[in-house]
Amino acid sequence: MSDLLYSEIENDLRASVREVLDDKAPWTAVLAGTEKAEPYDAALWRAVAGQLGCAGLPVPEDLGGAGATWRETAVVMEELGRSTAPVPFLGSAVTATAALLAAGERDLLGRLASGGTIAVLAVPFSTAPGDGTPEVRAADGAVTGEVTSVADGMAAEVFLVPADGGLYAVDAADARRTAVTSLDMTRRLADVAFSGAPARLVAEGPDAVRAALLTGAAMLASEQLGLAERCLDDTVAYVKTRYQFGRPVGSYQGLKHRLADLWTSITQARAVARYAASCVASGALAGGSGGSPPQAGHGHDDTAVAVAVAQAHCSAVAVKAAEECVQMHGGIGFTWEHPAHLFLKRAKADSIALGTPGRHRAALAGLADLPPA
Amino acid sequence: MSTAPPDAEELERRVGEFLAAHDPSAGEPLEFLRARFDAGLAWVHYPEGLGGLGAPRSLQPAVDRAFAEAGAPTNHPERNGIGLGMAAPTILAFGTDEQKRRFLRPLWTGEEVWCQLFSEPGAGSDLAALGTRAVRDGDAWTVNGQKVWTSMAHEARWAILVTRTDPDVPKHRGMTYFVCDMTAPGVEVRPLRQITGEAEFNEVFLTDVRIPDEHRLGEVGQGWQVSTTTLMNERVAIGGARSPREGGMIGVVAALWRDRPELRTPDLHDALLRAWVETEAARLTGERLRQQLTAGQPGPEGSGAKLAFAKINQEVSGLELELLGEDGLRYDDWTMRRPAEVDFTRRSPGYRYLRAKGNSIEGGTSEILRNIIAERVLGLPGEIRVDKDVPWKDLPK
Ligand SMILES: Cc1cc2nc3c(=O)[nH]c(=O)nc-3n(C[C@H](O)[C@H](O)[C@H](O)COP(=O)(O)OP(=O)(O)OC[C@H]3O[C@@H](n4cnc5c(N)ncnc54)[C@H](O)[C@@H]3O)c2cc1C
Repeated sequence: MSDLLYSEIENDLRASVREVLDDKAPWTAVLAGTEKAEPYDAALWRAVAGQLGCAGLPVPEDLGGAGATWRETAVVMEELGRSTAPVPFLGSAVTATAALLAAGERDLLGRLASGGTIAVLAVPFSTAPGDGTPEVRAADGAVTGEVTSVADGMAAEVFLVPADGGLYAVDAADARRTAVTSLDMTRRLADVAFSGAPARLVAEGPDAVRAALLTGAAMLASEQLGLAERCLDDTVAYVKTRYQFGRPVGSYQGLKHRLADLWTSITQARAVARYAASCVASGALAGGSGGSPPQAGHGHDDTAVAVAVAQAHCSAVAVKAAEECVQMHGGIGFTWEHPAHLFLKRAKADSIALGTPGRHRAALAGLADLPPA
Repeated sequence: MSTAPPDAEELERRVGEFLAAHDPSAGEPLEFLRARFDAGLAWVHYPEGLGGLGAPRSLQPAVDRAFAEAGAPTNHPERNGIGLGMAAPTILAFGTDEQKRRFLRPLWTGEEVWCQLFSEPGAGSDLAALGTRAVRDGDAWTVNGQKVWTSMAHEARWAILVTRTDPDVPKHRGMTYFVCDMTAPGVEVRPLRQITGEAEFNEVFLTDVRIPDEHRLGEVGQGWQVSTTTLMNERVAIGGARSPREGGMIGVVAALWRDRPELRTPDLHDALLRAWVETEAARLTGERLRQQLTAGQPGPEGSGAKLAFAKINQEVSGLELELLGEDGLRYDDWTMRRPAEVDFTRRSPGYRYLRAKGNSIEGGTSEILRNIIAERVLGLPGEIRVDKDVPWKDLPK
């Protein structure tokens, strides 16, 4: 069985990321950022991706990365989720990076690893691993087609575009982008159109895209875990100090029991997110399918199951945590001037991103041999 | 004497040596089990001389596996859950050397089954309200009272028993903990028939039962502290068992789903997948909990694990009946019996559905567990305690 705990190095990494985020991305700054024109916080990105070196964690050292694994990236994702940090980390340092690693690409990968370049996979953010991608045609070194709801699409300098069964790198300057008013303004979407945009073939076949989405979904579970923990922490702190009827509202069982249940779900979220991170860190991303239920830790690759379980579980837990956060804060939790809505919007958007819980359960039906009616 | 505790390799060597010296398939099973205990290979994390070698607890599964693979006789842990999971750690923590020597060996070998005389008609969740009186009489105690819901009392040779020894102080302070001989005069065990038709548990009437003072566990008045150790071990025992994927209740329903395509409906498919995910999440959480314990970072996840275990068992067993449709209307047997163990898989789906209802009551109700998590883990304010400073004898009953 994989190690589901955090190593000392991971704890140190967490501490340094949290320090930077506490300093540069307090919720007041995150909130203010949602009303600015800039699609993401460039200074924060430079600090996390560049100075802390977080963007290149899973990239081998000889390719310009840190030579760590997706387990460490997952810890960064937890912290970014905690703060709803408006940086294109999931898009560039996770999904695009995973695609390039799977493709064996070296040049662009090195630039992503340093945080110097931002690349984004050009698919709707709701795309689940195994889903089809929008119809984009590739011919004569150019791509043509439209892709809606691309996460961090306005931040991207390079798009990785699935087209005609291959994956192409396209300079963002050669695409027409329209900013989308997004449910989650801390991770904004863009509609992207390519019309004969010059394109370089990065990978043939669907494997790189699949690996990218699977890795993205695994890492998203850790983001959801961090977000859920933040919601619980803030809520517990609040109900201890808010008095009604002469007592802290946190002394009422109606709230205590719901918070206990939430805590229990979060302990489970941590276990499944760690397991998914371990699987993508160690696994070839082939993903078994069919047959009787794949047994965890019995030789063959359990990544597909681990990721589907993590997404089905963590999506729901993060949404629940954010909803309870709003409710248990009462009126103040419903205001713009309180972070609860940032959490709720991120949590709800995350639950749709990279496949809804239902979509991941449907994947499990195949993986665990539980066919539909 | 005090050398470093054995590691995995050393344990493997000792098991090999032991098996070479004791043919697992020949001879008296009991003699084999006693010899295994004396070799320190019973529960390796226990101290030397008491069935263990002071080794890390995480090395136990490998030892058990090695004995099972050799076809060695088993001590039937399923028949002595209270003894192994609750009485033993309490005796280890609070017993005198003499008590440890006397009780642990036959407990582990299964010669002596244990039960738990805690709950009373007036004291369930509020265990500290209990009223069974123990009065000192020279070098013994005289005990009078009634216990209830006592699982396996009809099989038990010994019991762990909490009593009231001082009614004049607030409830938590006036309790004392004993080991009670279930064959002693004045101990009367009557079956209590339960929701499933059978009687796992009993009411136990204690009338002028004499317990020698050397069977007291812990100090006089320390009964609450000793009980807390028992209860903590109970929750770890209930929620923390290791299981493979699709182990337990979900495996039964998944197999049914695969075997009987005609039963499938879209809404049950969704329910099944939700339960499958939930079970897997609980399983991985249990795994993580054990890794934490092994790494010496005991987390508070144990109480959450018991809570989740009850919820899943109830959901999945309910799902199984619904999936069965017409067959879900039938039950296997309402005959009143007094079983020697609880086995979820050998009985019918209806039995599983009904028996699972006990999971959120036994070993601390789910509501009490939520209170514990809210207060001890999240640090939320405690329940209002109207009885905290009131002498036990003045409490409303
Ligand atoms: C199958 C089974 C086996 C058992 N085996 C044993 C055994 O071997 N030995 C033994 O000693 N006992 C045993 N028990 C007893 C068990 O420990 C008690 O039933 C349990 O602690 C609850 O106590 P009670 O039944 O008195 O319910 P009560 O405590 O009266 O509870 C009634 C309801 O009130 C709720 N409640 C109580 N207090 C609070 C509170 N503060 N906040 C919110 N809700 C509250 C409870 O959750 C429950 O829903 C067994 C029970 C079962 C079902």
